Amino acid sequence: MATTMVGDATAVICLRGTVVSPGLARGPLVVLADEHRPPSRKRGNADEESNRLRTAIASASGELAALMDRSADADAQTILAFQVAMLADPVVTEAAFAAIEVGDCAEQAWFAAMDLQIGEYHEAEDLYFRARASDLRDMRDRVLGKLRGTAATAIAPGSIVVAADLPPSRFLEIAWDGGGVALTQGSPNSHVAMLARSRGVPMLIGVERADLHGHTEALIDTDSALLVASPGEALGADFASRRQHAQVARAETERYVNAPAFTANGERVQVLLNVADGSELDRLDPACCDGIGLVRTELMLRDGADLANEEKQYQAYRRILKWAGGRPVTIRTLDAGGDKPIAGYTIGDEANPFLGMRGLRLSLLHPEALATQLRALARAASVGPLKVMVPMVTAPRELDRVRALLEGAVAHLRKLGVECAVPELGMMVEVPAAALAVDLFDADFFSIGSNDLIQYVTASSRDSSSLASLQDPLQPAVLRLIHQVVAHADAQGIPVSLCGDMASDVRCVPALLGVGLRCLSIAPSAVGSVKNAIAHYRGPRPKGEQIA
Amino acid sequence: MTSEPLKVGSVPRAHSRAVLTHVGGLHARPAIKLTQLAKHFGATVWIALAEHGPWTDAKSIARVMAMKTPHMATLFFLAEGEGADQATSALARLVESDFADGDDHGR
Repeated sequence: MATTMVGDATAVICLRGTVVSPGLARGPLVVLADEHRPPSRKRGNADEESNRLRTAIASASGELAALMDRSADADAQTILAFQVAMLADPVVTEAAFAAIEVGDCAEQAWFAAMDLQIGEYHEAEDLYFRARASDLRDMRDRVLGKLRGTAATAIAPGSIVVAADLPPSRFLEIAWDGGGVALTQGSPNSHVAMLARSRGVPMLIGVERADLHGHTEALIDTDSALLVASPGEALGADFASRRQHAQVARAETERYVNAPAFTANGERVQVLLNVADGSELDRLDPACCDGIGLVRTELMLRDGADLANEEKQYQAYRRILKWAGGRPVTIRTLDAGGDKPIAGYTIGDEANPFLGMRGLRLSLLHPEALATQLRALARAASVGPLKVMVPMVTAPRELDRVRALLEGAVAHLRKLGVECAVPELGMMVEVPAAALAVDLFDADFFSIGSNDLIQYVTASSRDSSSLASLQDPLQPAVLRLIHQVVAHADAQGIPVSLCGDMASDVRCVPALLGVGLRCLSIAPSAVGSVKNAIAHYRGPRPKGEQIA
Repeated sequence: MTSEPLKVGSVPRAHSRAVLTHVGGLHARPAIKLTQLAKHFGATVWIALAEHGPWTDAKSIARVMAMKTPHMATLFFLAEGEGADQATSALARLVESDFADGDDHGR
């Protein structure tokens, strides 16, 4: 429910929403009316109506093209180019012209034809395609506006815009500096949400509806997920000081993103990225990392056909190596099972899946699929510095078995004359048995999987929220085990990193550096904050002594 | 949604295929590039997700987007008419290069 308080002069209204782009904004309030049905209009003859629609489409296209010329970034240009291309496609417009032929006016014909196509996108299973419905609505409304001859409401720079939904082309027309958006509908996957995030414009969606008539000023506070109309002096002062702090903190963090990480003592720390299928990389500058520390191939290979398709896998790995441009890329073999099922591959009815057939255990149960993946990896290793990492290793003989299969894959490819290379073979350290006896494994590198390590060390399931307090990543049992693995690796000159969630958590970064880790593999969104935390770390690199 | 290619004996005809490595699938940006390239050729150009169709007009952004092609799908091209060969090989190259030519760099 909306809350109303008595403010200085006008009643304050606080409306809750969902944050899709963080930040704090304050400015004049602009509420955009939402128009849907076209007004009924006396129609001219079919030729006149066709001409009106043709002119409206041409004029809308012209506006979009002009907007495209003014937009500097590729995201904005794609959104606008898509609408221009759709308007130029007879497949899109022919239904409207046909409806005019049988008696509709241009407005009705256009609206109905577009609605049908919007509906098809709206029902798509894939979130990306579903979100395109709002781009088509945007295009529909721009042409409708032309037909009606109505100009869009002028919006002052730095405004707080409240609307049901905001078309991306409309978003791009507004000078946001310091302003923000609150939508009563909206989707986190929409183009407008993406644009808001990339331009740092604070945005809420699903905001409670209320009559904002008479309110002239508003603020958006994504710390509390609120749109506040007529905030008044008291709220405003607190807000201003928080906004200033946030700006300083953001600028501070941004500075670190594309620079190599050093501790306050000048020690270099490698920062690698964790990625799912590589799609995250599209928006990132490779300069932000020292390589890729984890590719979760189980999120890339979704069914039996993918698992059997060496060429597809090779192409996908190759693409990531190309992006990395010579930086090392660590690709993990399939880590299915547990909470990540693959139809026809994982075992369905285990009583205790996290202690069952998952990760390498499952791969060794399907040696054909593993051999296919290893061939694809060996081929990709000829493109750049690729490392193969095996999950859930428990006993040394399991890793030996993978090494034999990898050697077999390389021999097979060479016999066929296929270009390939022998990648380094390393392991995840996430099973306590492996962590405690890490010296017995013949691995080229180690990567500590802290999420599973914590759940196995504390005997508390990751999916249970009531056990969260037992899963403190900073407890001595966990840190001692990590320290032991790092100390062994350092003594033997074997590279070691940590790729669990704790590496992306700034509260844990000092502790991880404290136990000697100098390589962290983290979520792309955490790069700035983690490098900032590293830069503030003053501790020395520890020797082999006991921790905590 | 789809049209069947006409089978006219003497008209030049060509095929090609390519794996869509573009992450996320055939989204707006790659679909725009693909249809723009297809429009460069006089030949009629079709695109499909299977070797024998159903075939979709590769010059229509609306129809190409409606295919909702996922990441790692194999795309098949078929062209008929003048420059059919050039059209199918240029389209396959565009997909194989991950739509890299043009304004794509650094994204």
